[in-house]
Amino acid sequence: MIPELGQYALILALAVALVQGTLPLVGAARGDVRLMALGRTAALTQALLVILAFAALTQAYVTSDFSVANVVANSHSAKPLIYKLSGVWGNHEGSMLLWALILSLFGAAVAIFGTNLPDSLRARVLAIQALIGVGFLAFLLFTSNPFERVFPAPPDGNGLNPLLQDPGLAFHPPLLYLGYVGFSVTYAFAIAALLEGRVDVAWARWVRPWTLAAWCFLTLGIALGSWWAYYILGWGGFWFWDPVENASLMPWLAGTALLHSAIVVEKRDALKSWTVLLAVLAFSLSLLGTFLVRSGVLTSVHAFAQDPARGMFILGFLLAVTGGGLALYAWRAPQLQGGGLFQPISREGALILNNLLLCTLAATVLLGTLYPLFLDLVTGAKVSVGPPFFNATFVPIAMALFAALCVGPYLGWKRAELLPALVRLRAAFAVSVIAAIVAAVAIDGRATLAALCLGFGVWLITGSLLEFYQRLARTHWRLPPRASLGMTIAHTALGVVVLGAVATAAWHVELIKTFKPGDSASFAGFQIKLQEVVPINGPNYVAERAILAVSSDNGPYTTLTPERRLFTVQKRQIAETSIHTNILRDLYAALGEGDAEKGWTVRLYYNPLAPLIWLGAALCALGGFVSLSDRRLRIGAPRGSKGRSRGAVQPAE
Amino acid sequence: MTPKRKRLWLLVGSLGVLCVAAALVLTALNDNIVFFYSPSQLAEKKPAPDRRLRIGGLVEQGSVKKEGTEVRFKVTDLKQSVSVVYRGILPDLFREGRGVIAEGSLDSNGVFTAREVLAKHDENYMPPEVAKALKESGRWQEGSGKK
Repeated sequence: MIPELGQYALILALAVALVQGTLPLVGAARGDVRLMALGRTAALTQALLVILAFAALTQAYVTSDFSVANVVANSHSAKPLIYKLSGVWGNHEGSMLLWALILSLFGAAVAIFGTNLPDSLRARVLAIQALIGVGFLAFLLFTSNPFERVFPAPPDGNGLNPLLQDPGLAFHPPLLYLGYVGFSVTYAFAIAALLEGRVDVAWARWVRPWTLAAWCFLTLGIALGSWWAYYILGWGGFWFWDPVENASLMPWLAGTALLHSAIVVEKRDALKSWTVLLAVLAFSLSLLGTFLVRSGVLTSVHAFAQDPARGMFILGFLLAVTGGGLALYAWRAPQLQGGGLFQPISREGALILNNLLLCTLAATVLLGTLYPLFLDLVTGAKVSVGPPFFNATFVPIAMALFAALCVGPYLGWKRAELLPALVRLRAAFAVSVIAAIVAAVAIDGRATLAALCLGFGVWLITGSLLEFYQRLARTHWRLPPRASLGMTIAHTALGVVVLGAVATAAWHVELIKTFKPGDSASFAGFQIKLQEVVPINGPNYVAERAILAVSSDNGPYTTLTPERRLFTVQKRQIAETSIHTNILRDLYAALGEGDAEKGWTVRLYYNPLAPLIWLGAALCALGGFVSLSDRRLRIGAPRGSKGRSRGAVQPAE
Repeated sequence: MTPKRKRLWLLVGSLGVLCVAAALVLTALNDNIVFFYSPSQLAEKKPAPDRRLRIGGLVEQGSVKKEGTEVRFKVTDLKQSVSVVYRGILPDLFREGRGVIAEGSLDSNGVFTAREVLAKHDENYMPPEVAKALKESGRWQEGSGKK
């Protein structure tokens, strides 16, 4: 009964979305206030209906209703509750329902917080948002119905893919989707602006918080995914330049560019049509990411079983969104008159350079990701483009970006001098050069490139902090506005990420060895001894756990307990790594197959500074949230930005 | 500077960045794309030793042998097969009779030294390259690998 209610709710949501996607547009074109007001009611109704559908599916999972095909395929009565919940979105149908849910929630958020938007703009934004919703709801209902029944109902389910039964991955999809879907709001604002033929400062003030929120969630989602891959795949790496990882990196890069160009629109009334274009591209790249993940056209460590029909639907939708957006842009963008003039050496100039480099980065990732598809279509040759390609293209361009990043905040709007900025940065420059030289000489004479990259990491941190300090000293220690505080945090955090990534990639130590109980090995200054391998009974798995005693020169240090879990329902083995961290390094162990006679294969890693990668990413997102809490950007702040409203900070939960 | 001049500079700057990026991309693509070979193609084309490449097919039944941390197995498209040696922990879904992709290089004796053996999240997943290679060898039909 409840699954049927869920499905009815979805069908009704589709109908409401169709109304919301058409009538308010007509109303906005004719100036009909009643039709425009309809958008708001429809958005709230649609959100309510999709929440109902999502709750219905969740109910089916929690109560293990095995008459629903989706639950049978992805759940099991013996699964812990948290994975029953995360199982809701741990599969194709459910994750698309989650997407639709977040989309409709964002729509409702615009309707609720957007009361002081101009009527026609709000109506158009909500209509565009609804049209995207129509695409996803139709996709759900026609190709991936999560409420399909099976008869007769089997006694128990097949269980969730064991790799996904992990707290890190339970929350990875919702965060990632909050990011992806958040860009739909920016897209809707961009299309609405093109329809209105007007982009002004107020528009930018509206777009920036949504972009910022989406960007923060996307940052967290990517970081969580990378952390998960790090500790569950047992390869000791944190980023594999896998198509699916690239799929989330591209919208992040475009979103980061958008974040910065929207500042120029807001402060200087310039770069309007470029910002609109970026908003269209950021969401298109989000959809492309979904397409790549969901269609299985690319071989990836993440690829799930593919279904051509679904792939074609998303591809068609992607073409409609991107093609429609770009066509409208080509038609209407020339009407967007640019405002403020500026010299090349200025804050505007620096932000343009930022955009140029970020977009080039996104383009190289896009090219490397799609090149195998392209070559396959044209010549039929099967190739793959791996980390060496991305390291050779991404890293040099990123270095140029990092080099310029610390200088930008010193440049004033309209016109500025480069030399004084550089002079004030000389201390940071000196520290970075020294750090790079020390790294090159002291750690490893051969890894010059890594030492250089490390220098850039130090440059980002010291440069950002120095700028912050000098500004504090100038303003007599009054804290700057939160938007600029957020900038300092995010820029510093980027340096922290760079430090962690470079150190882990260049200076990790790895050992693969067969241990029999009682065997020991010396590794990275530690003595590692396999004491025993014991059997373990988990809630829905049995495991063998290796007890590895780690001792240093000063005696016993810690115990690592990597496991190999056999999930009884799926009959699948999963390695569970064991990591000892002290923030400055990770000691990492993964257990391979083996038995008492031949011994167990154990893989050990010593990853210097690895925790900084995720710490930095979290800090980066924090910077975004701090910036979001700036009252000038507060959702619902009146146009004059002198809003007194306190409280509501985040546009969407 | 006049606005026109400025726009010109902006254009020159952007083009410059794009050219550098394009040059980087092209050289990197040249050096770093990894071609995929099925065991049949490998026997036929004999790529140069030490060139990084990918092979894929099914893990031959009964071919997996472990010695310490070293694993030897054969990858087959049911027509030809190639011996693979790999040092390390195999992915959890590595099974005899299942699809596999390995990245590495051939040595002069025709043995493939794998640096990476790719894991899949989903056990019914058949990498498209492998499916294509098996179809080309005419021994595999769509869907038969799913059980």
